[in-house]
Amino acid sequence: MHARADAPDTAPSWPDDIFATLQRFDVRQVPYVPDAGHSKLIQRVLGSSTMRGIPLTTEEEGVALLAGAWTGGQRGVLLMQSSGVGNCINMLSLIPILRFPFLTLVTMRGEWGEFNPWQVPMGSTTQGVFELSGVQVLRASHAAEVPAVLEAAASQAFNALTPTAVLLSQRLIGAKVFTK
Amino acid sequence: MNKANLLDRRQVVSTLLANRKDVVAIGGLGASTNDMCAAGDHARNFYLWGGMGGAAMIGLGLALAQPKLPVLVITGDGEMLMGMGSLATIALQKPSNLSIVVLDNEAYGETGGQTSHTSAAADLVGVAKACGIADSQSISTMAEVEAFAKAVHDVSAGPRFANVKIDSANLERILPTRDGTYIVNRIRGDLGFQPI
Repeated sequence: MHARADAPDTAPSWPDDIFATLQRFDVRQVPYVPDAGHSKLIQRVLGSSTMRGIPLTTEEEGVALLAGAWTGGQRGVLLMQSSGVGNCINMLSLIPILRFPFLTLVTMRGEWGEFNPWQVPMGSTTQGVFELSGVQVLRASHAAEVPAVLEAAASQAFNALTPTAVLLSQRLIGAKVFTK
Repeated sequence: MNKANLLDRRQVVSTLLANRKDVVAIGGLGASTNDMCAAGDHARNFYLWGGMGGAAMIGLGLALAQPKLPVLVITGDGEMLMGMGSLATIALQKPSNLSIVVLDNEAYGETGGQTSHTSAAADLVGVAKACGIADSQSISTMAEVEAFAKAVHDVSAGPRFANVKIDSANLERILPTRDGTYIVNRIRGDLGFQPI
């Protein structure tokens, strides 16, 4: 579990801000790999009448899915965790080749108080992996900046066909802790 | 070495696409994309030249976006083995308009014919069934191919999966366009979508 409280009255509202932006940009397909940081957004997506949440077995499936969605006339966004970015590397090559709008929202591990060393290698290279793969990276570290960052990311992804990843920092989400 | 009584891949693919009408077809990285082109270039052909393992998921994204259109993925055993998890993802979404055909020659023909896992161990029909695609079958005759080609047009009864054991002969390559942006935009244009 995360350090943050999950009670409805204290749950963070930034996932609602993300959901509202995705709605405004007419996002229809939302592939995801289950992730605690994205749990509230995933719940909103699964409860939506216009978006379809699509659980994946591995993140690279989501890149290919979004290519197909765009070919069929729909926009999508991929939700994953930093460790999943490594699973996508070859499939990311579809983005410049097919030139479809790509937006992914990545909850970060391996930074800001991480307790698990196994998360650090991929978390540390997530931004670099994206940049080497031709995906621009924006970051949100505080709840207050989420709406503006999402607006910028969705706008450049869907309007300018500029592949974009938003890193939702571990500082924003709350470092994961295990308690006995 | 070629085994006896196996189907000819080009004949299988041209039969699948003979009366395609509004079908959108996605070829897998490798010879299946060449087979699709050999059956006749088409505005609704999605030729994959990279992103190995992604063909079925491209098909799922397309099928969910266009639920009334038949979407047909034609790929190879090597490509399907790389994306086996996508069969579970597809089964969960139940896209009733999606059909997947694997041309199974039990070999990696693109890279020198090394044997694939389907030659001695992996049963892709079993995998698809166990992942939750109830309509999964093994095909060994042209009559079954013809029946499957008809079923593809029933967009209310999928998803469906077929594994076709084909001859491993290395055929002359019929190469389609490699321009991915052109391929995608040609399909989008045919479906009525304007460029951004």
